[in-house]
Amino acid sequence: MAHYPTVIEPKLRGFTAHYSTPEELIEAAKKAREVGYSRLDALTPYAVEGLVEVLGQRDDRVPKIVLTFGVLGALGGFALQTYVSVFDYPMNIGGRPNLSWPSFIPITFECGVLAAALSALIGMLMLNGLPRPHHPVFDAPEIERATDDRFVLFIESEDPQFNAGETREFLKGTGALSVQEVIS
Amino acid sequence: MSQVVHDQEVSDTGQEQLISAEHSNASLTSKIGDIVLKQPSPKQWFVALGFGLIGLSGLLVSIAWLLYKGVGIWGVNIPVGWGFAIINFVWWIGIGHAGTLISAILLLMRQRWRTSINRLAETMTLFAVMCAGMFPLLHLGRPWIFYWLFPYPNALGLWPNFRSPLVWDVFAVSTYFTVSLVFWYVGLIPDLASLRDRAKKRIVQVAMGFLALGWRGSASHWYRYESAYLLLAGLSTPLVVSVHSIVSFDFAVSIIPGWHTTIFPPYFVAGAVYSGFAMVLTIVIPLRSWYKLRDLITIDHLDWMARITLVTGLIVFYGYLTEIFYAWYSGNVFESFMMANRMAGPYSPLYWSLIFCNGIAPQILWWRAARRNIIVLFAMSLIVNIGMWLERFIIVVTSLHADFMPSSWDMYTPTFWDILTYVGTIGFFLTGMVLFVRLLPAIPIAEMKHLLHQKMHGHSHEPEEAKA
Repeated sequence: MAHYPTVIEPKLRGFTAHYSTPEELIEAAKKAREVGYSRLDALTPYAVEGLVEVLGQRDDRVPKIVLTFGVLGALGGFALQTYVSVFDYPMNIGGRPNLSWPSFIPITFECGVLAAALSALIGMLMLNGLPRPHHPVFDAPEIERATDDRFVLFIESEDPQFNAGETREFLKGTGALSVQEVIS
Repeated sequence: MSQVVHDQEVSDTGQEQLISAEHSNASLTSKIGDIVLKQPSPKQWFVALGFGLIGLSGLLVSIAWLLYKGVGIWGVNIPVGWGFAIINFVWWIGIGHAGTLISAILLLMRQRWRTSINRLAETMTLFAVMCAGMFPLLHLGRPWIFYWLFPYPNALGLWPNFRSPLVWDVFAVSTYFTVSLVFWYVGLIPDLASLRDRAKKRIVQVAMGFLALGWRGSASHWYRYESAYLLLAGLSTPLVVSVHSIVSFDFAVSIIPGWHTTIFPPYFVAGAVYSGFAMVLTIVIPLRSWYKLRDLITIDHLDWMARITLVTGLIVFYGYLTEIFYAWYSGNVFESFMMANRMAGPYSPLYWSLIFCNGIAPQILWWRAARRNIIVLFAMSLIVNIGMWLERFIIVVTSLHADFMPSSWDMYTPTFWDILTYVGTIGFFLTGMVLFVRLLPAIPIAEMKHLLHQKMHGHSHEPEEAKA
């Protein structure tokens, strides 16, 4: 891979602090917010209730996206059947009306569910900025334990309040198991 | 027998056990992850894979012969134009439905016992729907132009007939497969990241890393993730009901005696759940023993599944009784002949076997001791699988083979190729499940950790549950 000279110098991207329980992480995140840190991230092995609220990162756009696409999908499915059965290829079957809407309901429903489900997947990934093959925090020591048994708080060096010495001391004071430099 | 005794002991502690006490977050990651990453496969795994591959080869041979020769190699005739193809289609798709029920409906109802079995059940859904989808496609006669079923602007200037339940089926089954796949994959993402971070081999790291899409467990990601996951569960719930209702419309919308009834949609959905839970039991019981997962898939899980099997079995049996009642109450000569022909005609041994398998045998599950006896439960799950297959056979064949005009009556007998194709799909299913267990985490790691946390801390982190 070393065919091109790298132009990006490794630099300090922030600090990670490891905790052994979600409660300790939430406490630490609260303190960090109180002190004034804003560029925070918390990495956990499973969804921890109440954590996004503490971090101030709650985002409720996914349900709205899903509702929108679900409705659009259903309307699209119904419109397709109407166009085909009424305008493009009307067929007289047993004298029934061309717009025999009750028989269009199953496909309308299925199209709505399909569009909603795909938008849930794609919307969630896009809002999360995934797929993203690499992230600076992946260069932090022991970060692999964030998907195992550690609850990690990450303070980015981009934070206006960030100061290498002070931030490290602050994190140590929150009862972290360890505080690590993230150099990437 | 020692295994049975062991399970009995676990159950007698009084408190319901969904995860054994000595687990920690780290032990869950290693126990579940190492099945994929480190642990050599037990010899039973190779035996199961062998049987699966033999069946799969049979499937490939029978498909090749079918494509060369045509559907004439099957036992279908006029009047029984549907035969094994539709019987197996309905059987497989019904099995698939328990996966969605366990993963979606039980999630919405906050039934915690779903957590250790939902991944397996969802995977079962995917392979079962693949098996199901093969049958109507192969039955088309010219499967290579299956895409004519979809509405796309084409040179023929034709569209599918949207008033036909068979076209509804195409939309229902393809949507069902896609949504199940999305639900399954979304559930897998955090666990793939766990395996990526734990893997030692480069190729495994790359493969898992690719599939995990760069998941890092960020709090805001988790929040949107949970939101999407719950919505998918909410979407899957009516979807699964709609799919099997639409499958039942294939029958109920026609005017054939025995099919033209309004009981069909609910009775098909209950039957689907019933057979699906039985299939989950058939898979889970050997698996938890081979991989020593009795501390994660406990006897209490099996007990819960047995209870659902019993309840849905009772609904199915009620459906049979209703059919008999309506055959008499309708006063319709064709309906009552159809029922008399089922009970005393040429296929009556199959009908009475069906009544035994789905009506009488499951009653043993009323007893706690039976629900907690591994051998009884495993045998029961096989009986239910057989019973539900017989049910579809009875519905399809007895109604078609002798309908309105005695001059057009005929008997239906499956040929060797019918049976080989059917056995072949079982081989395909087995191969898929066996490979899945080896290649991907069969129990959701992140959700199990969440369950462990709830267990340790009571209900303090579940405001929703406190409200309810």
